[in-house]
Amino acid sequence: MCERPIGSAITPDGEAISYDTRGTLMTRRTRGSPYAPQDAADTEAMLAAVGADSEEDLFDIPESVRFDGAFDIDARSERAVRRQVERTLGRNDDLTEFMGRGHYDHYVPALVDDLSSRQEFLTSYTQYQPEVAQGFLQALFEYQSMLVELTGLGVANCSMYDAASALGEAATLSQRVRSVSGDRILVPDQLRDGKREVLEQYAAGPDLRVESYPTAAGTVDVDGLAAALDDDAAMVYAENPTVCGAVEESLDAVGELADDHDALFVLGSDPVALALLERPADVGADVVVGEASALGVGSAYGMGMGIFATREEYLRQVPGRLVGVSGDATGRRAFTLTLQTREQHIRKERATSNICTNQAWVALRTAIHVATLGPDGLVDLAEDCVRLAADLADRLDDVSGVIAPVHDRYHFREFQAKTDQPAAAVASDLEAEGFAVHVVGDHRIQVCVTDANEPEMDRFVDAVAEVA
Amino acid sequence: MTDGSADGGDSLDADEHAPEAGTLYDQARWTDDGEYEPLLSEKDATEVAIGEDSPLPDDLTRDSLELPGLAEPELARHYTRLSQMNYGVDSGPFPLGSCTMKYNPKFTEQAAADPNAAVHPDRSAGSVQGTLEVQAQLQDYLGRIGGMDAVTLQPPAGAAGEFTGIRIASAYHEANGEDRSEVIIPDSAHGTNFATAAMAGFDVVELPSAEDGRVDLEALEAAVGDDTAALMLTNPNTLGLFERDIEEIAALVHDAGGLLYYDGANLNALLGRARPGDMGFDVMHYNVHKTFATPHGGGGPGAGPVGVVEELAPFLPTPHVREQPDGSGYERYEPDQSIGKVHGFSGNWLVLVRAWAYIARLGDEGLADASAKAVLNANYLAERIDYEVPYGPFHHEFVASAGDQDAADAAKRMLDYGVHPPTTKWPEIVDEALMTEPTEAETRGSLDDLAAAFNAVSAEDDATLEAAPERTAARRIDQVSAAREPRLSWQALDD
Repeated sequence: MCERPIGSAITPDGEAISYDTRGTLMTRRTRGSPYAPQDAADTEAMLAAVGADSEEDLFDIPESVRFDGAFDIDARSERAVRRQVERTLGRNDDLTEFMGRGHYDHYVPALVDDLSSRQEFLTSYTQYQPEVAQGFLQALFEYQSMLVELTGLGVANCSMYDAASALGEAATLSQRVRSVSGDRILVPDQLRDGKREVLEQYAAGPDLRVESYPTAAGTVDVDGLAAALDDDAAMVYAENPTVCGAVEESLDAVGELADDHDALFVLGSDPVALALLERPADVGADVVVGEASALGVGSAYGMGMGIFATREEYLRQVPGRLVGVSGDATGRRAFTLTLQTREQHIRKERATSNICTNQAWVALRTAIHVATLGPDGLVDLAEDCVRLAADLADRLDDVSGVIAPVHDRYHFREFQAKTDQPAAAVASDLEAEGFAVHVVGDHRIQVCVTDANEPEMDRFVDAVAEVA
Repeated sequence: MTDGSADGGDSLDADEHAPEAGTLYDQARWTDDGEYEPLLSEKDATEVAIGEDSPLPDDLTRDSLELPGLAEPELARHYTRLSQMNYGVDSGPFPLGSCTMKYNPKFTEQAAADPNAAVHPDRSAGSVQGTLEVQAQLQDYLGRIGGMDAVTLQPPAGAAGEFTGIRIASAYHEANGEDRSEVIIPDSAHGTNFATAAMAGFDVVELPSAEDGRVDLEALEAAVGDDTAALMLTNPNTLGLFERDIEEIAALVHDAGGLLYYDGANLNALLGRARPGDMGFDVMHYNVHKTFATPHGGGGPGAGPVGVVEELAPFLPTPHVREQPDGSGYERYEPDQSIGKVHGFSGNWLVLVRAWAYIARLGDEGLADASAKAVLNANYLAERIDYEVPYGPFHHEFVASAGDQDAADAAKRMLDYGVHPPTTKWPEIVDEALMTEPTEAETRGSLDDLAAAFNAVSAEDDATLEAAPERTAARRIDQVSAAREPRLSWQALDD
């Protein structure tokens, strides 16, 4: 291409090219993939090198199963796709969310986006060649260490998909580590439906029974749990904070009950709550699962980051990847994936889990977020989650037709409120006012407040007063 | 604190086995006596007491929290240095077999960062019509590409897709009143297939490969029966070979009452050339982080959408998304015989946005070209390397044999030439396997460089290979001691 026409042209081999008025090449688009850089001359030379007449000759596919149709997907320019993304997603209503129930929005510092987006992190693979992946391995090791500090448990893996799948993995772990047989997985009756359904998915293969125990005032009904327990119980699951935002007050008792029945005590939480609430190791938790995406992600339509931490004695039964310390040939400290004989690519059907691709990059973001906050910032954020929830509940309670909180408990980020009006109508009217909340009962909504939506609290209270 | 040396220097004996030809490579490294970059915890440890001004009573809080308390400039440097000790797709060739490490277009990051994508999953359907429309369109795109009638986007990874698919198969058989306990898997399949079948409660029947590296029809015929729930298959298989007998395979499995499951790991070989649905597969997963260019993120997140034929559509996870019959918008609904949920919410949404943007960018011709160039690149590279490639004709990947060399050692040596090595020692059907998938993203020139790296390594002696790598951030890492004495946190280093 020695000539540089101003404007655009299609070359004989199908390239669409365009130049600006100074003849600078602006775009060079083949009719194929813009990310497959071979030009026509290279393609020809490569075909010659492999002794093929055409690319099609390289496909060893019987005629009878060849696809000769079309997907009917039109190629678009980068700019056109971006416009389409913006236009399509622009159809989402711009609502200020006061929503939680397992997916939380905290402000994500710019540092998290910037550093995690470095291509060396973003485009890298699982660290099967640790010598060229020290950076990611160290970041994951640091993430694991943060979780060890937060939970007080000796081992944390470097991610599961989300809190729900981590809970499912905990249930299967209970089968592998428990000394006597038992197939009952006890969960609170108020457990979020989605989480329970995922747990049941994991429970189906090993024929575990997922059963509810009662809660009272938004937390564990200890007597009810005691009555539900027997020696067939393999696992007891509790959350702190609970799904309705209540701070659990009976964790010691839950831990003791589980222990009395040789059942695994699994506790659900998140890294912000863990910075302030009782340390899981201190209340006898055997496993901590939960949603680390509370930090590092923000609202992402439920995209998660599963925590999985446990006691060292269960180390060899842990699902997922673990980063450990070793040394290299110079004797310097180095990091590597370790204990891989637990995993599917080595152990196949005897692996602790089928998980391969995980949420490593989200773990990196969570770790950077934790590091950015530091211990002071993290504890401050957690304390704000308590203060803001109490403050907002007080203010909503002052609204005629609203009682908040429903549960006589301390709350973390969120709480339930009773509405005289049908909750669905309240939520729908709030949408019209620009706000989104959860409907959790005929006359009950759930409201979540964090640093992210705090500036909108006044307007929100006004809106509730308007519609309730 | 550190000497800031990025070239390694004499202390690492970098030149002892310096490559004599081809590309030389020095990865940035930072050293501080006994370690490379110090840990955050070694830079600072600050303990915060949870005190009197806490809004919670004492008995509901922990006593204290100890974490690094570093300022933003320190953290920026820490993580930047870590990133410089990490090799990504933009660093150089990354021909990791079965992983499809293709280029991740930058604009898809911007698409995923659209502020309107940042919504809560429990929002009312009416208020997230844009999100539902993207989901519906991506379901539709994937259905067309795979030849499937319905697609769920919920599974957050390939293995989660497998689990979803096998759970669907299980529910289907159960709905038909059939108790089928076995899943058949070729011995060369991905480890996840075996683990998935076991997790879903099935017995695994391992199918030996035929001499040509493909499914052994006689062995399959002997293996299928009344207990067969499904056969899990990758096509092309892990050797890159197309299962030419796929129609007979499908007939054998279907005649026995089983379902045919397609592992989408190798779909990058077939775009626009063949579709799993047309080959007789009933259920499949797509690895969008492979085929559709979403970044691997150091291990994840990916996404593993699952496609099914019409008969299986009622079993898909809930909620499913569809256009409302009157065309007025999009809605969520629960399929009649749904298996329930496989993710707490709706999967890895921001990954799916990237995949949607990639597919829309490429369109029919771009997707077909991606496969054509991926297959051409694999064939060209195989032609240029000295190692033997025993099985063919292969497509997007090939498995070379390191012969008398140890494949893992050869891979370590390749790092010194500035390329990421292939997947090693798997599949086991090839001795000292080097499973190589260059993807469409490499130019002829970078493939020549890659071939030069292979060939330089193939000519080197065992001592050199065993000493490798030497130009990377860390030298050869002792795997055995890491496992024998596990230290998995900075707290464990103090013990």
